[in-house]
Amino acid sequence: MVITIASGKGGTGKTTVGVNMAVSLDKAVRFLDCDVEEPNAHLFLKAVINEQTVVDTFVPEVDFTKCTYCGKCGEICQFNAIAVLKDYVLTFPELCHSCRGCLQVCPEKAVQESSRELGIIEQGRAGHVEFIHGRLRIGEAMSPPLIRAVKERIDKGQINIIDAPPGTSCPVIAALKGADFALLVTEPTPFGLNDLILAVEAVRALKMPLGVVLNRAGNGDSGVQSYLARENIPLLLEIPMDRKIAEAYSRGQMIVDVMPEWKEKFRGLYQKIEGIVNRQGDT
Amino acid sequence: MKELTVISGKGGTGKTSLVAAFAGLAENKVMVDGDVDAADLHLILKPEIKTHQEFKGGRKAVINPVLCTACGQCIELCQFKAISRDYVIDEFSCEGCGVCVHFCPVEAIEFPENICGEWFVSETRFGPFVHAKLGIAEENSGKLITMIRRQAEKLAEERNLGLILIDGPPGIGCPVIAATTGASAVLVVTEPTVSGVHDLERVGDLVRHFKIPAMVCINKFDINLDVADRIEKYCVQEGFELVGKIPYDPIFTEAMIAEKTIIEYSPNGLSEMVRGMWGRIINRMKTI
Ligand code: SF4
Ligand code: SF4
Repeated sequence: MVITIASGKGGTGKTTVGVNMAVSLDKAVRFLDCDVEEPNAHLFLKAVINEQTVVDTFVPEVDFTKCTYCGKCGEICQFNAIAVLKDYVLTFPELCHSCRGCLQVCPEKAVQESSRELGIIEQGRAGHVEFIHGRLRIGEAMSPPLIRAVKERIDKGQINIIDAPPGTSCPVIAALKGADFALLVTEPTPFGLNDLILAVEAVRALKMPLGVVLNRAGNGDSGVQSYLARENIPLLLEIPMDRKIAEAYSRGQMIVDVMPEWKEKFRGLYQKIEGIVNRQGDT
Repeated sequence: MKELTVISGKGGTGKTSLVAAFAGLAENKVMVDGDVDAADLHLILKPEIKTHQEFKGGRKAVINPVLCTACGQCIELCQFKAISRDYVIDEFSCEGCGVCVHFCPVEAIEFPENICGEWFVSETRFGPFVHAKLGIAEENSGKLITMIRRQAEKLAEERNLGLILIDGPPGIGCPVIAATTGASAVLVVTEPTVSGVHDLERVGDLVRHFKIPAMVCINKFDINLDVADRIEKYCVQEGFELVGKIPYDPIFTEAMIAEKTIIEYSPNGLSEMVRGMWGRIINRMKTI
C-alpha cells in the first residue's frame, strides 16, 4: 500500500497527518518524506538516521581533444544547458535535465559522463517506522529526480506513507505517481478550499482514489464541506482547531504524544483508506 | 525600481495575508502572485482581469501510432521512463527533452509546443496586479514566475511605479529561485515552530547562496516564545533584520473569510503592528 499525502499548499498539516498515522499503525510502516525542499517529518518522528546516500545526476562534460564544434549537442538540448561556440562548448549543469541527448548525439564521443549532486537521502528508524527522506542541495532547482530516488525505496510489502511537497506541479506529481491513494489535507478557509480544488484536479488527472482530512476544523467557514459533498469526495477525518495541538506542533511533538486517544482515530483513518483502495481493486 | 519578494520556507505561515496587507499599504507598486502553483492572493485582491495570455513552456513528445514500427529505440533512450511498452508517452513523465524525437528512425514522434498555463494583467483596488495559473501537473513554474516578474517590471516602468511586491512560492527549489534571484530583498515570514526554524534555516542558506538581503517576520510569535527567541538569535547571527513580531490572532482567518486585508477588516490593533512593520521594510528597502 502506497499512500501519498498532498495538500495543494504547505502549512495545512500534511506532515502532521502523515507522522501521526505512521506511528499509530501497528504494522510495519515506511515513511518517505518527499518534501525534499523542506523535509520536516524527521523533526516529529525523531528517527535515528543510520544511512546517508548522496544522489547524483548526469551532466555532460566535453572532451576538447575530441570536439569538432559541430554544434549537434547544443541543438538537441531543449534546456539551453549546452551551447557550442566557435572554439568552446559551454555547459550549464544547473539547467541540465540529464536526458543524455548530448551524449547520444555527439558523433565524436566527445561528450562524457559527469555529475552534479542533487541532494542526499537519509534512512533510519523511529520505533516501528522505517524512515526515509531526501534533502535537496541548496541552490539545486530540480527536485523531481531526487523525489524519484526517494521513491525507489518504497517497499510494496509494507504500508508506505509519502509526504508530498506543496503545490500541484512537477514535484507533487513525482510524489503522487504510482500511489494507491492520495490523501489531501486542507483547512476550512477560502485559501484552503482554493488550494484543495487544485490538488483534487491534479489527483484526478493521475486517476487515483482520494480522500480528505480537514485540519483546524471549526476555525473557518463551511466552504470545504460543501465542495466535498458536491464532488463526492469522502471526508475521512476532522482534526479540530486546538491550541494544545498547535503548541505541541511548535515543540516538534505529534498529536498522539499529547493526546494518545487520537491513535485510534489515525488507525481508523488508515482503515478507511484501505477500505477504499480494496473496493477500487475489486471493480 | 525595487523588488521585494515575500517567501516563507513553507506555506501556511500567513505570508499571503501579510502580502495582501502590504498591498493596501504600499504606494506606487505592482503586485505579483509568484506562487503560480497555488495562487491565493487573488482571493483577497479580487482582480479585474484586463489582459489574459497563454503561457507556452517547452514541448511534449507524442508518438503517432500509424508511423511507429515498435523498434524500441525511444523506450531505450528515454531517461524518464515516460514511454510504455505499447508506445504511448505518459505526458506526466515526459520532460520534453526531445531525445526520442531526434532518434526515432521513422520520424514517428511529434513534438508540439506545450501550453502549460496562463497569465493575467489585472487591476485591483490597490493597483495593477500580475498573476498566473499554471496548468495542473505542469512543470515550468519557474519559467512562468520569471515571465510574470518581467511583465511586472515592464508595467512598473511604463507607469513609473517604484516597487514590485511579490508573493513568493514556498520551498527552496526552482520556483523560489525564480522568484528571488535578482530581487532587491526578500522578507521571510516564519513561525516559531520546530519545523518553522528548520525551514527558515534552509531559506537562510538559500538567500546567502544567492546573496539577497533578507528581512524576517515572525508570525504567531506567541505560540512558542522559546522558539521565537531562537529565531531572533538566528536572525542576529545571520544579519537578517527582524522587522516584525505578530501575535497569533484568529482575526487573520476572519479577514480572509471576509475576503479583505487585515487593514481593511480591522484597522486598529494588529493592523498597527503590520503598518509599523511595513514602515521598517520600506526604510530598509531604501538603503538597498
Ligand atoms: S556534438 Fe560533440 S563534437 Fe559536436 S560540438 Fe558537441 S561535443 Fe563537440
Ligand atoms: S543531458 Fe540533455 S539536458 Fe543535459 S545538457 Fe545534455 S541534452 Fe541538455
